[in-house]
Amino acid sequence: MQNKISLKSLFFSNKFLFFIAFILSNTLFSQGYKIPVKPNFQTSIYDYVGLLASSEKSTLEQKLIRYSDTTSTQIVIAIISSTEGENINYLAANWGEKWGIGDADKDNGVLILLARDDRKIAIQVGKGVEFLLTDFLSKRIIERVIIPEFKRGSYYKGLDLGASYIFRTLQGEFKGTRIETKEGFNTGKLFFIIAFIIIFILIFKGNKNDDGPNRRFRKRTLAANILEAIILSNAGRGSRGGSFGGGFGGSSSGGFGGGFGGGSFGGGGASGGW
Amino acid sequence: MKKWLVPVIVIAVIVFAIYNWAVGFNNTAVTYQADAKTSWSNVESSYQRRNDLIGNLVKTVQGAAEFEKSTLTDVINARAKATSVNIDAGNLTPEKMAQFQQAQTGLSGALSKLLVSVERYPELKANKNFLELQSQLEGTENRINVARDRFNEKVNIYDIHTTKFPGKLLASLFGFEEMSRYKANPGSENAPDVNFDFNKKQ
Repeated sequence: MQNKISLKSLFFSNKFLFFIAFILSNTLFSQGYKIPVKPNFQTSIYDYVGLLASSEKSTLEQKLIRYSDTTSTQIVIAIISSTEGENINYLAANWGEKWGIGDADKDNGVLILLARDDRKIAIQVGKGVEFLLTDFLSKRIIERVIIPEFKRGSYYKGLDLGASYIFRTLQGEFKGTRIETKEGFNTGKLFFIIAFIIIFILIFKGNKNDDGPNRRFRKRTLAANILEAIILSNAGRGSRGGSFGGGFGGSSSGGFGGGFGGGSFGGGGASGGW
Repeated sequence: MKKWLVPVIVIAVIVFAIYNWAVGFNNTAVTYQADAKTSWSNVESSYQRRNDLIGNLVKTVQGAAEFEKSTLTDVINARAKATSVNIDAGNLTPEKMAQFQQAQTGLSGALSKLLVSVERYPELKANKNFLELQSQLEGTENRINVARDRFNEKVNIYDIHTTKFPGKLLASLFGFEEMSRYKANPGSENAPDVNFDFNKKQ
């Protein structure tokens, strides 16, 4: 009996060890936080940990989008739990570059990356903004504006005030109007239009090439399958958005006009902890 | 007449195809190489930026009266050494890169020592100039990291293009040599970071 139990516990502990080893090796090999793929719906706030209440989030989101509409300067706030050992400045610079925040010619993107559990925040600025929002000014905004609010317990207020100070720093340098990609730009709509075109083509092809009713039936099911997959994946996206508290797709704002423009980040900026 | 025409056409087509392939390969390799060289100059300019900042830092620190001379001289010497090693982007041999890297690492070490010893001088830490330089140095270290990384990425693209079969055959024919990456400093995993969060560390 005892033997059995110890065997069992051994089994479990082995499994447990294996699990730990797996996690360790995973973190060892992945070397820090993996930057998410560039999202389809490109807006100003990506709260991956649900740090902000949904009303706060949408207020701040609108504020940043409005700012982008008038100045073409895209300020993006990303909130993650941890950088997993990566230097936050370095991660933010690569993040901004990967997503291409800001205009491609002006390179006027700004990425504010907050790692909640590391208690760290970084402001990384695009190459075209470095001369205005210098490393020193970024540092000051973090230390004198954002962090005091964080210490008082309000993430929202810190980010909101920080954004206002960034606006003030960049005062009047960039001008722009909202880029309308298409009347009522909406990724969901676009998705369905493309899906219908694909289905249409499939059905058309099926009708043209097949003589037997059997083959035509198969083609139809293929089209139906694709439609089903699209609907399912869309539904999946919707529910995931919900779990983030508000979700990306939930807002009717439409995000940044024209999406991220392809701005480049060279590593300028600063970070701080609280 | 017909008998010799067919093989001639076949050979002509093959020659033309090979020529096209070679030209395409060559031009792509040239583009990749140029990209890598450009990103190397970004690495150098980030280091240059740091050197310039250090000049100002030294002046600011010197202003604070009784600051220990030996640490400061170390930084000045290391900086002089680092600025003396320059590489032409067109001549990125592994030896030269190692030399460059060694000089810059020496400077990093001296700089971090300086910044640690500054801890003992409260009036210096409160100096606005000094604070500004500190944050700029921090940003520059990050720029250096980013630039080095992008250089390695570009070299990677170039190396893959020139060493994959069958491109490798052409690469050796045209003299495209493998470019070397910016390697991590030996022992850098145990070297102290240039850490600016003084309040936190101590």
